[in-house]
Order: sequence, then structure tokens, then C-alpha cells
Amino acid sequence: MMVLNRIGFLFLLSLLFTGCGYNSLQMKEEQVFKAWADVEATLQRRADLIPNLVATVEGYASHERETLEAVVNARAKATSVQLKPDDLANQAAMQQLAAAQGGLTSALSRLMVVVERYPDLKANQNFLDLQNQLEGTENRINVARQRYNAAVEDFNGSIRRFPQSFTNSLLLRLDRKEYYQADAAAQAAPQVKFN
Amino acid sequence: MPQLRRPRRSNSTDLFTVPALRRGIASFFVFCALTLYLGGQVLALDVPKLQGRVNDYANLLSPATEASLESVLTSLESSDSTQIVVLTIDSLQGDSLEQFSLRVVEAWQIGQQGVDNGVLLLVARDDRKIRIEVGYGLEGTFTDMAAGRIIRNVIAPHFKEGNFNQGIIDGIGAIVATVRGEFTAAAETGTTSSNRSDPGGLLTAMIFIFFIFGSLLRKSKVSAAAVGGIATPLLAFLLFGITGLALLVLIPVGAIGGLVAATLAGSSGGAMSRTGYGGYGGGFGRSSGGFGGGFGGGGGGFGGGGASGGW
Repeated sequence: MMVLNRIGFLFLLSLLFTGCGYNSLQMKEEQVFKAWADVEATLQRRADLIPNLVATVEGYASHERETLEAVVNARAKATSVQLKPDDLANQAAMQQLAAAQGGLTSALSRLMVVVERYPDLKANQNFLDLQNQLEGTENRINVARQRYNAAVEDFNGSIRRFPQSFTNSLLLRLDRKEYYQADAAAQAAPQVKFN
Repeated sequence: MPQLRRPRRSNSTDLFTVPALRRGIASFFVFCALTLYLGGQVLALDVPKLQGRVNDYANLLSPATEASLESVLTSLESSDSTQIVVLTIDSLQGDSLEQFSLRVVEAWQIGQQGVDNGVLLLVARDDRKIRIEVGYGLEGTFTDMAAGRIIRNVIAPHFKEGNFNQGIIDGIGAIVATVRGEFTAAAETGTTSSNRSDPGGLLTAMIFIFFIFGSLLRKSKVSAAAVGGIATPLLAFLLFGITGLALLVLIPVGAIGGLVAATLAGSSGGAMSRTGYGGYGGGFGRSSGGFGGGFGGGGGGFGGGGASGGW
């Protein structure tokens, strides 16, 4: 009977933990990490696309050296900032990443405005393909960013809500995560006109 | 503020302040509710109802075209399990094409769960915009580049001439040609019943709950059955989100489970594990009471892949 009681007590304890969010908090943090991995994958995808894009534009619009260099530099800067899972709770690190990526976005949108002046380039099949890929990638970044922010909202909300807040401050001590906010310059994704 | 608790006091300032305060609070709540309501209104264009594989809300297609598209897309799903859906709308009403498109596919869940093989072809007539939204699972073969080419080279030329029927038929033809062979219908069956909740933890909790019920109610088999019959569908609803007719089926199943649990707990103390399994088996024979006959999305996921264009 003693053994049975002890087993019962353990069950009760595990049930108590489950009810107070011991498991769900960790699941939610894991979802934040996963959503962040998706964001990073899409950002990497954009960075991989740029050398090809720059090479194609260069062939047609070689006088736009300045704009092209700005894109190359912004890419180098953006790829140099990487966040580890621990950094997701670090506001400064997140802002640094958002600024670097935002710089790349605005450099790219300037490039896309410049190419409007080159009809030959805009008729080039290779360039049109690259443009589709770039747009698709920007769109994926937006989607991944929104989903990451939703995961963060869910997680941050639950570590503040009773009784999970109690579990967290006593046992888990998980940190609040930072949102990935696109800065004002990055809001304007490359605008492309179709005719 | 003790005055507030005595509204009938003949103090004139009190008589004035209390209703004023109440009115103030009330209007504050009304204001909050209004902003909530208006906020939701302004936010975004509503996702239309999924009617079938072809949802021609802008009336761009002839009945013959719709029928032929339906048959092409139905045969694709039966052989490949890949789901392609067409949606035409009058206007985006200022909403962003990409965001609206993503909301549609998130709501409709085109494609099969686990393999994410859905495609949406969206046409916004007055905005003169086209979007092809590609599910995660097809992004490898049906790249943004391929989607962009189909819009530019296949659909847009017909649309420029005002020939929407031919544009969509050819566009769907090109999409089907691109995605055919990527998946087979058989691959889909193994993944549909994946369960996202944590079965180990649930099992532990279930064993424990049924054991408690079993020991408490071993004297009365009738109440054990009643508790089982009520608790099982309730738990199924709360934990697994099962709804509809499946819940009705779970009532007798749970009642029998409760009866078995009470009997086993009553007969011997060491029957705990068997009790638990009896309850578990009774409670969680899950059935997918989803769509009855009509077309529905299979639960596919999207991540913003595809291409946009116009004419």
C-alpha cells in the first residue's frame, strides 16, 4: 500500500507540473527556437540569391556601381550578424540583427528602383527569374517573421500568466524573448511593377 | 470610497457623481468594444468560403471551364494527392495580395497534412493581380521561378486579351504539368493521422485519472459508467479538440471504459495499469469526423513560397 501511495504521489506531482505548465512552457520555448530557425533559413536564402542578382544587373547597368556596391556591403554586414538561441532574449543583439537585415532590404529596394531605368534588363528572362526569386524570398521572410513573432507572443504571454509564471520563476527560469521588428526602412520591400 | 456603496444618501454631489461615474465606466467599455469591433473590420479582407476546387467569386469562368478544371484537378488529387485550388475575387479592397493569399491558404489548408502539397491560384480581377501560392512540400519542384514564368508567359498573355477562361485553363495545365509526379496518393495515407499532442504525458495522466475514478466508484458501477460516459467525450473535446458526432460515439465507449475501470479497481489493488489501459482505449479511439463527401483542404502548410504578377 505504501508503494502504491508513493506511485500515486508521483503521479499527482507530475500532474501538478503538467497543469502548471512545466511541459507546455518548454514546448513553447522550443517553438520559438524553431520559428527562429525558419527566419534564419529565409534570411540565408536571400543572402545566397544576391551574388547572382548583382552579377546579372552588372552586365546591363554597369554605371550603377554605387548602388550595387551598397547591396554587396549590406549583404556582408547582414550575414556577419548571427543569433544563437540564447541571444533571442537579448534585446541589443536582436536590434543589431534587425538593423543589419533592414539595411540589406533597403539597399535591395534601391537597386530595384534603379533597374527600372534599364528596359533591356527588365526584358531579360534571367533577370525576371531572379526578381521572382527575390520577391518570393522577401515574402517568405515576412511570413517567417510573423510566425516567429506569434510564437514569441505566445511564449511571453504564458510566462507572465498564472500559474505558469509561478512555475517559471520557481523552476524553469526561462527568459522573455525579443520580437523581430522590421524597421521602417525594411517595411518597404522591393517594389516591382508589372506591365 | 465608502460613499459609493450608499447611493441613496441625500448628498447632492453623491447623487450626481455615482451615475456619472457609472456612465463613464459604461461608455469606456462601449468604446473598448467598439474599437475591438472596428479594429477587426478594418484589418483585412475576409477569406471567402471554400466551395470546391474552383471558387469563381469574380465570375470570370464559364460553366464549361469550371467543369473541366474540376475534373483535371480531381484526377490529379486522386493520383498524386496534390491539391490545387483556384480562387477569383473582385477586388482585394486595398489589402496586400501576398497577405490575403496566405490567409486564404492558412484558412483552407490546401494540400495533405505532413507533405504540404497544396497550390492556390488566386486572381484579383479589379486589381489585375495574379498570385500562385505554393505549399512547403512543392517548393522544391515548383520554384518561385517556375511560378513566376507561368504567370508571365502562360496566364498574363491571355488575361491581357481578356480571355480569362483560356488563361486559367492553360495556367492550371502548366501547374499540373510541373507538380505531377512529385507525390503519389499512397504516400499521403501514412501521415494524415499524426497527432501533435504528447501521448506519453497524456497516457500517464489518463492512467492516474481512471485509477482515481475506479477506486472512488468501485462501489457503484452505475455512477462509474456515468462518469466515464461524461468524462470521456469531455476530455476528448478538451485535450484533442474532437467535435461533432464523434463525441456522441465516445459516450457509450467511455461508459463501458468506466465500468471496466470500476470493476478492475474493485477486484484487486494491483490492477492499476490494466485499469488505465481500459480507460485509455475506451476514451481515445479517435475518429476523423471531418468532411462528409464534399471537397476540403487536407491540412497542408504554406510558408510564403510562390510568385505574384499581374496583367
